Amino acid sequence: MTKERDYETRLPEKLAKEIRRILPSSASKKKISEIAGEVYREYKDMKVEPGEAVGIVAAESIGEPGTQMTLNTFHFAGVTEMNVTLGLPRIIEILDGRRLITTPTMEIYLKKEYNDKEKVRGVALSIKEAHLSEVTSEFSINIPEAKIEVKLDRGKMGELKISESVLLKALKRVGKTISVDIKDDLLIFKIKKGKEEKGISEVYRIKEKLKATHISGVKGIPHVLPVKKEREYIILTAGSNLKKVLELKEVDATRAVTNDIFEIESTLGIEAARQAIINEVFKVIENQGLNIDIRHIMLVADTMCVNGRVKGITRYGVVRDKASTLARASFETPINHIFDASLKGEVDNLNSVIENVMLNQPVPIGTGLPGLVTKVRDA
Amino acid sequence: MTDVYLTGRFVGTITNPVEFLTRIVEERRKGVISSNVNVHYDEELDELHVENGKGRLRRPLIVVRDGRPMFSEGVMKKVEEGQVSWEELVNTGVVEYLDAAEEESTLVAFSEEYLTPEHTHLEMAPFDMFGLCTSLVPYSNFSAAQKVNTGSKNQKQALGFYAANFMVRMDMDVSLIYTPQRPIVRTIMHKLSNYDKHPSGQNIVVAVMSYRGYNMDDATVLNKGSIDFGFGRSSYYRPAIAEELRYSGGLIDEICIPDKEVKGYKSEHDYRFLEGDGIIFPEAKVAEGDVVIGKTSPPRFLSSMEQYNLAAESRRESSVAMRHGESGIIDLVIITENGEGNKLIQVKVRDQRCPEIGDKFTSRHGQKGVVGLIVPKADMPFTASGIVPDLIFSPHSVPTRMTIAHLIELIGGKVGALAGRYIDGTAFDAEPEEAVRQELLALGFRDNGVETMYNGVSGEQFKVGIFIGNMYYLKLKHMVANKLHSRARGPVQLLTRQPTEGRAKEGGLRLGEMEKDTFVAHGAALLLKERFDSDKTRIPVCEECGLVAVYDEFKKRAYCPICGDNAEINFIEIPYAFKLILDEFKSMCIYPKLVLKNKY
Repeated sequence: MTKERDYETRLPEKLAKEIRRILPSSASKKKISEIAGEVYREYKDMKVEPGEAVGIVAAESIGEPGTQMTLNTFHFAGVTEMNVTLGLPRIIEILDGRRLITTPTMEIYLKKEYNDKEKVRGVALSIKEAHLSEVTSEFSINIPEAKIEVKLDRGKMGELKISESVLLKALKRVGKTISVDIKDDLLIFKIKKGKEEKGISEVYRIKEKLKATHISGVKGIPHVLPVKKEREYIILTAGSNLKKVLELKEVDATRAVTNDIFEIESTLGIEAARQAIINEVFKVIENQGLNIDIRHIMLVADTMCVNGRVKGITRYGVVRDKASTLARASFETPINHIFDASLKGEVDNLNSVIENVMLNQPVPIGTGLPGLVTKVRDA
Repeated sequence: MTDVYLTGRFVGTITNPVEFLTRIVEERRKGVISSNVNVHYDEELDELHVENGKGRLRRPLIVVRDGRPMFSEGVMKKVEEGQVSWEELVNTGVVEYLDAAEEESTLVAFSEEYLTPEHTHLEMAPFDMFGLCTSLVPYSNFSAAQKVNTGSKNQKQALGFYAANFMVRMDMDVSLIYTPQRPIVRTIMHKLSNYDKHPSGQNIVVAVMSYRGYNMDDATVLNKGSIDFGFGRSSYYRPAIAEELRYSGGLIDEICIPDKEVKGYKSEHDYRFLEGDGIIFPEAKVAEGDVVIGKTSPPRFLSSMEQYNLAAESRRESSVAMRHGESGIIDLVIITENGEGNKLIQVKVRDQRCPEIGDKFTSRHGQKGVVGLIVPKADMPFTASGIVPDLIFSPHSVPTRMTIAHLIELIGGKVGALAGRYIDGTAFDAEPEEAVRQELLALGFRDNGVETMYNGVSGEQFKVGIFIGNMYYLKLKHMVANKLHSRARGPVQLLTRQPTEGRAKEGGLRLGEMEKDTFVAHGAALLLKERFDSDKTRIPVCEECGLVAVYDEFKKRAYCPICGDNAEINFIEIPYAFKLILDEFKSMCIYPKLVLKNKY
């Protein structure tokens, strides 16, 4: 029989708390422990048993509803103007562990004191990446003097809250061979003559470089969109730069989210990346109106993250880490794996499922898992 | 400047494309330029295309001028009197053929009442937009377009009277229906295409109701009595062909009753139908495995000895026998010569096919279904007047598919059968449903086609009225007899020793990758092992070098060709396919060493 409050140690913390919360305080200790015993029994029944083929069950549980997923997602028309990859392409992108995702976006929450329509707009504009070409109206090249003259757009500058000093500071970083001067609305770049004479093409190249010079905002975020979500104003972005955004003083760093899993991995670590994979995949599945138990996705995310780095479910990712040569060979490019194994003199101990299917041996799963402990005596 | 292309080839430029185009069209309507010419001006690309090549789909339309069709009352009268031919209509600009490109620059009115001054052409008839097969669907404008489409496609698969000289033809895989009928509910296309000369269906009584669940999910229930009367009965023909091929060295196939010495001799029983010339006689009842044409061939590879010894024992058996699971009656035997002068034997086998469970039937509205049950006539439901349906159609097949034409045909067929006349169901121009219903009422039936019916088994009256009437039903060429297949053991492939694939080769049904996964997911390890036992082999393995060893069946002893007689050799049980992959590794200079370990 379970001892008093024994369930506290045997049940998961969450369940134990739940029991205490639901039961009236007047309940006797005996009653509590009786109920907890019952809960513990249920809990034990629900646990995955040893030998359960969780991986294949997860694969089937995701794969079957996946066939019903709409291949292409609808494009949002109008106000939102944000078009994020969803549906099957997004799931494939996440599970393949692609470093460059098609539509990186962020959802930036702000600290309480900035929760105001105007302030949010201001913050959004300060996040938005601005290039020189966006605050100017005209670029012209003065060929004989090897000068580039740029006309400033004061209106745009005001809109983006870029002062002259900020502009000059940003432009100074462009290169040592260029000097900047400002005259009324005209920026004048002089190219310092070095040892060799710079041709006209060089001036042209510098002009193009100047156009793309980063002036203000967060790099990698070309578009921002302040929206109201429930009672709060948040900023949606196209493009993502988690590290820089978290550094901003207006941003509530505990809630800023990006959909770029690798960015999360490099800034917040592997555990965060694991959670991000789960969240992102589950978001798509919910969005498609499918019903997949989150634990299947958790298993996939765990598999992708076991080694401390995010790896895709591809032959370059998790499949490469399989111990068995035959298992690797049974998945894509078999010849390479066989040759490789031959060079290294690999030994396949037939410990996993697929190798045993190939040799038609009982697979070490389910009824094939338990072995005989007793040694059979020789006759 | 506009570029001008003639049948896709650049020929020059013009300044006024619109005038140029109008002129060509005018001249064509006058009959000066061939009616085969079409022009199209592409404003965006500023190109004018003149086409007169072959392979363009074109269709005739009535020319409209200032909102008035050129096919006027006067012209119509002349046509009716036979004074004007179709060619004259085309050459005088009353009718013109347009291709897809020229159609782009026109505005076609659906019918005369919609004509405005902007219109350039008028549709000849509304059903003109359909092809031949689609026009054969009655009341098609009442059904969903998609279902009209399937209905039209299904008709092509229907068994009918496909050629009047079928007796002497050697067609592959064809069927003839025994008593084809003209449809009661017909369209103008039935008349135009001479459908009455080669009909492919039968008018039967259809009741829309369920029958003990045997017509769920598009299944249908058939009346055994109707089958006995000949409904859906057909002949299936398949030829067996053998040729006396000539080989190098003057060797030749021989059509004869094979000698008992021949390699692969079957059995006397199998050759029992063959006459002296080695060919079966007409009207022989053959079953699976019976030889139809006896034949022997010279050996495949001639050894030096055999070249001089061409006795029967060196030849091999190559007779044409009835396929696995097929039977029939020999219909026709033809002995001829082919183009190369080789003796050619063609034997046609006929097989009577009565409808059975699994055969496919359809109405003309895409409502296809498979027979789920054949009911004795006595057990079929019947109406107050004693009418017993030939087929019971499930009401659940209608709501989601919206094949309203199916229901209208049912009423139409009923009226036609009762009044003894054909019902016109031409699309957009059919006898109106209301009129047909009134006629049904006048014939003494309820106008909605519903009748009181009685349970054929208990005689009880059904609590609801049953929608019953006549319809044109088609038997489709997909018959279970040609598809039924199962295997417990049978032939295997030479290379992998795994079962062959496909019905024709008596193959196994593959338990594939995903099916395998389900076994693993259930943890049924030993069941999975058993299912994959089809190419199980026992091979000796040398413990020393880990390679496949040799077992000498004469000395009853295993030895290793590498390590010699004294090496320890044990047997393992693996799929032959795995032994094969080990061999393939060896061929790639990879040494697949097996390390054996006792499991216990």
